[in-house]
Amino acid sequence: MRPAFSVILLTTLLGAGQGLFLATFTHQAYALLGVLSQDAKGLYGPAAAVSLALLGAGLVASFFHLGRPERAWRSAAMWRTSWLSREVIVLPAFMGTVFLYAAAHLTGFNPVLLHLAGGASVDASVAIGVAGSLFAFALYVCTAMIYACLKFLREWHSPLTVANYILLGTASGFTLAAALAAALAPAEAGFFAGWALAFTALGAISRGASLVRNARLRPVSTVQTAIGVRHPVIRQITQGFTAGSFNTREFFHGQAMSLVRSVRWIFLLFAFAIPAALVAAHFATGSSAVLSVAVVAQMAGLMAERWFFFAEANHPQNLYYQAVA
Amino acid sequence: MTQLALVIDLNVCVGCHACVTSCKEWNTSGSAGPLPDTQAYGEQYAGTFFNRVQTYEVGTFPATETVHFPKSCLHCEDPPCVPVCPTGASHKRKEDGIVLVDLDKCIGCKYCAWACPYGARELDDRNKVMKKCTLCVDRIYDQSLEPRDRKPACVMACPTSARLFGDIHDPESEVSRAIREEGGYPLMPEWGTHPANHYLPRRKTRVNIHADELERADNPLKVDRQQPRPAKGEPTLDDAVTW
Repeated sequence: MRPAFSVILLTTLLGAGQGLFLATFTHQAYALLGVLSQDAKGLYGPAAAVSLALLGAGLVASFFHLGRPERAWRSAAMWRTSWLSREVIVLPAFMGTVFLYAAAHLTGFNPVLLHLAGGASVDASVAIGVAGSLFAFALYVCTAMIYACLKFLREWHSPLTVANYILLGTASGFTLAAALAAALAPAEAGFFAGWALAFTALGAISRGASLVRNARLRPVSTVQTAIGVRHPVIRQITQGFTAGSFNTREFFHGQAMSLVRSVRWIFLLFAFAIPAALVAAHFATGSSAVLSVAVVAQMAGLMAERWFFFAEANHPQNLYYQAVA
Repeated sequence: MTQLALVIDLNVCVGCHACVTSCKEWNTSGSAGPLPDTQAYGEQYAGTFFNRVQTYEVGTFPATETVHFPKSCLHCEDPPCVPVCPTGASHKRKEDGIVLVDLDKCIGCKYCAWACPYGARELDDRNKVMKKCTLCVDRIYDQSLEPRDRKPACVMACPTSARLFGDIHDPESEVSRAIREEGGYPLMPEWGTHPANHYLPRRKTRVNIHADELERADNPLKVDRQQPRPAKGEPTLDDAVTW
């Protein structure tokens, strides 16, 4: 498949935005239960605002993928069958929830809903945060299932695709939360950095597993099944036209295999190894600058990862377009 | 239930591309058109087509066969392109099983093309909506045409009658009989899409003749164990006389 930069930006920015919101609310939930300090409340509002900005940027990027963006409102119609339609519904719902969450923290309009036995009070932002967390996970599943539900794109048709979207998104979100916390609530940066390290490691395992799986795939469709001729030696003489077409543009990445292979090493380095080393360096030195560098490195790495994700997928229609003339 | 479909006979297709041009000519001004070309006479020329004819070489020289392979939307009975469409623009008609795109609802997200294992859909680069074979839905029901002309443009154009059109759910239709009796098969059956269009394979007509069929074993002239005269190899009247 040809990687589309709109979709690369959409999926990486949304993933980081969701992860940042989950990180923020995880901290608030821990603080509510008394595990973490209650003093970091100043972090929640700005972090949710950054999350909203990322989601908004992802939404804008998605419009560049559409041929007819003015009709985008129609795409909520088929939620019963289409994961893309479900994503189109969940994304605005999640963005609205993040907006309310950010507003509750930034404006201070945050009425207490009930008091817990231990003395902690559950305010409106907690209720909004629970809803937002559910939406965040629903959005990860919708985004991943858009790709994982296509059964003949076998590189994508795997539960590992869903695991990767969740783990890579949360990893980048927690890394970003750690960098934000280093600026706004330095005492809490360690909490986020620890989880960022854990999710980056889990993401590396899950993405590594899908790399291994995809390297071992054997094609189900062959030129024999594509044209229905039972002979071991079949060669296409012409695809029927010398010009390019949608089929030759959309489904071939057109890059050398050496480039695709080098992108794999680049993303393994930038999405996993370098951020993990930088977060570890934060624990060793206490430096907050390394966390900012980790965010930039990981986002760049995840964009390379998403590019590879699309380039790696081999569409069976390509069997019909092997020779121009 | 009706399922209209094409049955394409690879045994008689000569790869002339008449179906390609006829399809383009009819549909570019039809209800699913236009099928624009970008820079039709420029260097970076490209165009939108519903139908393509490809050519394959089967076997190793000198024992090769050239197979011409017309390729268009197969109007699958379980089309993977329909459920993924977020707007409902991509749909399969209940009344005749034709898979269509509502060009006024399509947002050009290309997801249906990703979901089609056959690459049967092409994005119209000028109008930014997905285009595909309609089985000439604006032609096959047109009461102003003679009944014999109510067929897809590609079927009308085929000079060798390699393309049959009809209802594959009617066991007595021409297409059902062709599939049943001539070994019709679907493409990429492994994905469970149940394509409605079928292809008829290359067929060779061979007659097995045994030696005893060339020379009668019960030739009455051999009854007395004497060879018939003149013996094989001896000159006959035909060798001696010029007619």
